[in-house]
Amino acid sequence: MTFALTPERDQELEQILKRYPNRMAALIPVLHLAQDQNGWISEEVVEWASRRLDVPPAHVRGVVTFYTLFNQKPVGKHQVWVCRTLPCALRGAGQLLAHCEKKLGIHAGETTADGKITLRTAECLASCGTAPMMQVDKTYHENLTPEAVDALLDELRR
Amino acid sequence: MLKRTDYLTKTYGKPEGWTLGVYERECHGYQTARRVLSTMKKDDVVNEAKKANIRGRGGAGFPMGVKWSFMRPHPTKPAYLVINADEGEPGTHKDRTIMELNPHSVIEGCMIGCYGIGAHVAYIYVRDELHLSKARLWAAIAEAKAKGYLGARPFGVDYPLDVVVHTGGGAYICGEETSLLNSLEGRRGEPRLKPPFPAQAGAFGCPTTVNNLETIAAVPSAFHMGCEAFSKLSAIHHLNDGGVRLFGVNGHVKNPGVWECAVGLTLRELIYDLGGGVLGDKPLFAIIPGGSSTPVLRADELVHAPDEKSPLHPWHGQSVLDVPLGVDTFRGIGTMLGTCCATVLAEGTCPVAAMHNLMQFYRHESCGQCTPCREGSGWLLRITEKILDGRGTMEELDQLHDIANNIMGNTICAFGEGTAMPALGFLKKFRREFEAYVRGEKKKSTDGRLTVDHHDFVGG
Ligand SMILES: Cc1cc2nc3c(=O)[nH]c(=O)nc-3n(C[C@H](O)[C@H](O)[C@H](O)COP(=O)(O)O)c2cc1C
Ligand code: FES
Repeated sequence: MTFALTPERDQELEQILKRYPNRMAALIPVLHLAQDQNGWISEEVVEWASRRLDVPPAHVRGVVTFYTLFNQKPVGKHQVWVCRTLPCALRGAGQLLAHCEKKLGIHAGETTADGKITLRTAECLASCGTAPMMQVDKTYHENLTPEAVDALLDELRR
Repeated sequence: MLKRTDYLTKTYGKPEGWTLGVYERECHGYQTARRVLSTMKKDDVVNEAKKANIRGRGGAGFPMGVKWSFMRPHPTKPAYLVINADEGEPGTHKDRTIMELNPHSVIEGCMIGCYGIGAHVAYIYVRDELHLSKARLWAAIAEAKAKGYLGARPFGVDYPLDVVVHTGGGAYICGEETSLLNSLEGRRGEPRLKPPFPAQAGAFGCPTTVNNLETIAAVPSAFHMGCEAFSKLSAIHHLNDGGVRLFGVNGHVKNPGVWECAVGLTLRELIYDLGGGVLGDKPLFAIIPGGSSTPVLRADELVHAPDEKSPLHPWHGQSVLDVPLGVDTFRGIGTMLGTCCATVLAEGTCPVAAMHNLMQFYRHESCGQCTPCREGSGWLLRITEKILDGRGTMEELDQLHDIANNIMGNTICAFGEGTAMPALGFLKKFRREFEAYVRGEKKKSTDGRLTVDHHDFVGG
């Protein structure tokens, strides 16, 4: 199966290209666009990005493997990132993570059996003043309490 | 000296404070860019900027105006302004507030900055996770374009200007300016050797100035009041550390957050007056003054500056909590001001567990390019982990110093120092706690706590 963006996303790609003096510079934003659609960066996405932006596939692979946010294998429908770094840890990030692991029945780095949630730890997300916190897909949830986390996870599993 | 101001934060908390209407009403929005572009010459902008004594807000504290003055027109290549909004240094949560709550100050700052350094395009590099920040910046750009402020003829002046938001992929190292430039170009975010410096060959091989997002956001208010007057708002203007800036506090305080104050605020004021004091009214134990890479201070430390010529002499013998938070003052007490967001540790926090947490961060974020950093960060983590788990030896404790010292100065970028300095700081300031773990007097299960109380997570 070859990969292609939806027409709307392809239009967005054309807009992105206009922002830079060359095509390679669009690679990271374009990989985000592709991942939004595909969920992860498969070999097909790599080949597609290579053709579309005129950079070697090895370069695309190098970039994909460098950045934490590009998924190199399929992930759950929702991404839950618990910040684990010191300022959050001082306000209970360790307990927050343990709470999520127990509730979801998985360890950090794993996906629930129904494929709904992938749980991961994140490094400082610039939200230390409202800790503990977690990111769910594209949204930050801050000043978390056990009740707030339970409500959030229940909503995602529904 | 505690002096709260609201040049940059006036829009915070206002309904729709991030929109152009509020910015124009409350902050003389875009009047300064209009005046600068219509009446000032490029070189005069740089000379004026120098007078503001704005020390870079990204961590190193380099004077902004001086950095601008390194830009020389190139016969064939364009110049670029690149804004660093990667905000990844643990403990730092200030740039995000500007992007979310006063994005127009960033756009107006970019316009003045571009004009001063001879650039027509500014790229704002925002870490990908900050989706709301990116959306607010894009919306601000659209509003400024619709009004004809940004575009082919800003305010009718023949000086085309564009601002573009670029996104990262989740890598702390991309906050380092040359790594950021590689990332902007669509490459792996590995730092570049310097020289050439960005002012000579930066983005796309062209002359480039990289400024932190808060640095550039301070520009409109500085130029509005006059840069010298702006600088003099600071209590340590005489140390070339001028103006107002954002101060953050997090960790074990009752009221974590970000406030705008005149430069010269002390840690005591930040922690007790703004931060509401230590959680649970515990005694203060330690402070990481400006992001995890800045060496930790003990709460009971005193300033040692007997030399009358030392800029710190006025505080000789006083608590480090009473030294004004400044770039040179904090370097003088053996640490760094960094990003000016402090992390507070209450009595009862385990310094060994704290260092272990941070070493996990540096291990995860090392880009792997330089051997001392790639291998050293892993080695530091493994030994700290052994000590925390009660399996470490005194030899290994000493080895931690050697490893850290061998990273220092032996890497392409300052990530190496950023890893080694906090490690050395914890080892030096809390040697006794590390030894207690080695001797089996302390254990992770009973002493390795990072939270103040036993109850679940604190929430806010
Ligand atoms: C490992 C590392 C990470 C950094 N992260 C950031 C960051 O997230 N944001 C930032 O503005 N500067 C960061 N810096 C500092 C930049 O390299 C650079 O000094 C700064 O963006 C310059 O802007 P300024 O002079 O306005 O402070 C980092 C430096 C290093 C070595
Ligand atoms: S440590 Fe969690 S957001 Fe900074």
